[in-house]
Amino acid sequence: MTETTQTRQAGVRRSRIAQAFTAADGCRRKAFIPFVTIGDPSIALTEKLVPAMVEAGADLIELGVPFSDPTAEGPVIQEASNRALAAGTTTDDAFALVARLRREHGINTPMVFMTYANVLYSYGLERFAHRAAEVGLDGVILPDVPHEEKPEFDEPLAAEGIDLVSLIAPTSHERIHSIASDAKGFIYCVSSLGVTGVRKEITSDVKGMVREVRSVTDVPVAIGFGISTPEQAVQMAADSGGAIVGSAIVRMVGEHGEDSVPYVCEYVRSLAEAVHGLN
Amino acid sequence: MTNSPTSKGRFGVHGGQYIPETLMGAVNELEEAYGHYKNDSDFVAELDDLEKQYAGRPSMLYCAENMTKDLGGAKVYLKREDLNHTGAHKINNVLGQALLAQRMGKTRLIAETGAGQHGVATATAAALFGMECVVYMGQEDMERQALNVYRMRLLGAEVRGVTAGTATLKDAVSETFREWTRRISDTHYCLGSCMGPHPFPTMVRDFQAVISKEAREQILEDEGKLPAAVIACVGGGSNAIGSFYNFIDDTDVRLIGCEAAGRGIDTKDTAATMNTGSLGIFHGMKSYFCQDEYGQIAPVYSISAGLDYPGVGPEHAALKDSGRAEYVPVTDDEAVDAFEYLSRIEGIIPAIESVHAVAYAIKLAPTLPKDESIIVTLSGRGDKDVAAIARYRGEDLHD
Repeated sequence: MTETTQTRQAGVRRSRIAQAFTAADGCRRKAFIPFVTIGDPSIALTEKLVPAMVEAGADLIELGVPFSDPTAEGPVIQEASNRALAAGTTTDDAFALVARLRREHGINTPMVFMTYANVLYSYGLERFAHRAAEVGLDGVILPDVPHEEKPEFDEPLAAEGIDLVSLIAPTSHERIHSIASDAKGFIYCVSSLGVTGVRKEITSDVKGMVREVRSVTDVPVAIGFGISTPEQAVQMAADSGGAIVGSAIVRMVGEHGEDSVPYVCEYVRSLAEAVHGLN
Repeated sequence: MTNSPTSKGRFGVHGGQYIPETLMGAVNELEEAYGHYKNDSDFVAELDDLEKQYAGRPSMLYCAENMTKDLGGAKVYLKREDLNHTGAHKINNVLGQALLAQRMGKTRLIAETGAGQHGVATATAAALFGMECVVYMGQEDMERQALNVYRMRLLGAEVRGVTAGTATLKDAVSETFREWTRRISDTHYCLGSCMGPHPFPTMVRDFQAVISKEAREQILEDEGKLPAAVIACVGGGSNAIGSFYNFIDDTDVRLIGCEAAGRGIDTKDTAATMNTGSLGIFHGMKSYFCQDEYGQIAPVYSISAGLDYPGVGPEHAALKDSGRAEYVPVTDDEAVDAFEYLSRIEGIIPAIESVHAVAYAIKLAPTLPKDESIIVTLSGRGDKDVAAIARYRGEDLHD
């Protein structure tokens, strides 16, 4: 059964996530997934960055909703979260941004939020899911919600057609089977131990992790954590369905602030082209 | 009433395991090892021996006669955890976890610390067991508790300052979790309170329950009946859960947790989670947290670095929900007054954390009849706080 028929059978709006990993002819294609923090340093900048990254070849956009204490993040994204909160960014602002990107900017690229359990929980899980569907969000990544705690979040999100993205890590081993068996949207494969941030080399057996997933499901796998160069992105995408780059982009935003669009654009283009070269 | 958590470590709706996938293997390994060793007679005997020979247990239940006479009500007993080796209740938990870590083949302990007491206890156990030790401490707390920082270094630990966020206890906890995701195979996170993901709240409570196991026997021996109330300070809540645990089924015994109200629960400068917080998910658990309407964790405040935490252990949250325990706010002013009061009247200088419980006992004792008793847990000694109290009173004294 394809993902499309699965989601249709669930009687809900079709997730756009599958399209990021699918070419026009229906075959699999490698996806490039950039990350930025919403409101870093302003909502206005994020509103310019997202269309620019789409234009530069991004296949799926991961948007960080700032949290005061992001325990899975390295210093670069922690600081971005702080800048966004200092600018007054709220969850409602994040939803309003997605709504404008869809309606006013005509962005059709899939978008997912990356945030923390408490951001959803305090908003109210059903209210969050409803609002997410209303504005056209496709999925949510919650690094502090492992498989054991997934149902609490997945049920309200799934009821509105929002995919809760599952994560696997180098320490998952035999857990990969059960995680992959009910994964939706895509599977976020954490490349390395530790928190987010640029790494010189990625030494985990990423291929082995992807192989393990493949034995259970055809939900696409994208690899994140530590990727910053086109060579790393190509290597990781070659071993999976796509590459996710966060800290390297966020660092540029930190450096260039409101003027960061051309820098991010050029960088995203180089990575997207490298990854798409595999298709 | 059942006190055992379900397989997912739930206390009512609270608890759980809200942590990155990277750490799930480590907490599962820990849960399995703890489940095994807590029933292993060699392990239990070795821990018991360490508590007696090394930590100096049992701690005394001291009848504070001067205080009792002065307050003119219920007899006041002080459970003297301040007399343990390293000067606080923290050693009870740390010896258990260090011994468990050793059994698990771990060679490195990492820990967070607020006031420095848990860091000192962990550094002590690491020295004893010949393990490597890294302690994360908020930069602001390193300044507030400079002596403890040096103490940890003296014991061979590396102290890493945390500048993220509010540079206090919550940030030290976050940073220690981050470190654990970086290095798992040889490292045990020796968490200092009854909080975090399962199995920590249960395991830490079990290691601290020795406080109420002893106190219950001691009070029955001294008084021939149970106390009217057991009072302890609550930050994350480990000395309080340890003090309450063996009294939970004694429903006539009031269990009273004293939280740090800072400058008052009607101000922003407070750490009184139970009185000002709301249900949330943070640091691996569902519980009550000080947070804003969007779930951003609040920058809490208390004069006491050890209670300066925006959350509370999940078992306390459940005890509040069920009404079995009460949680009352105590301000900085009340705490400092109690600090000076106990020093003068009993010749005991208590930790600024522990005096939050003493302050409430000063209010409660006179309202109770003289044939009743109350137990106040003195969780730690106050040497570390003397300079800060002097500064609070306007004197220019530094460590």
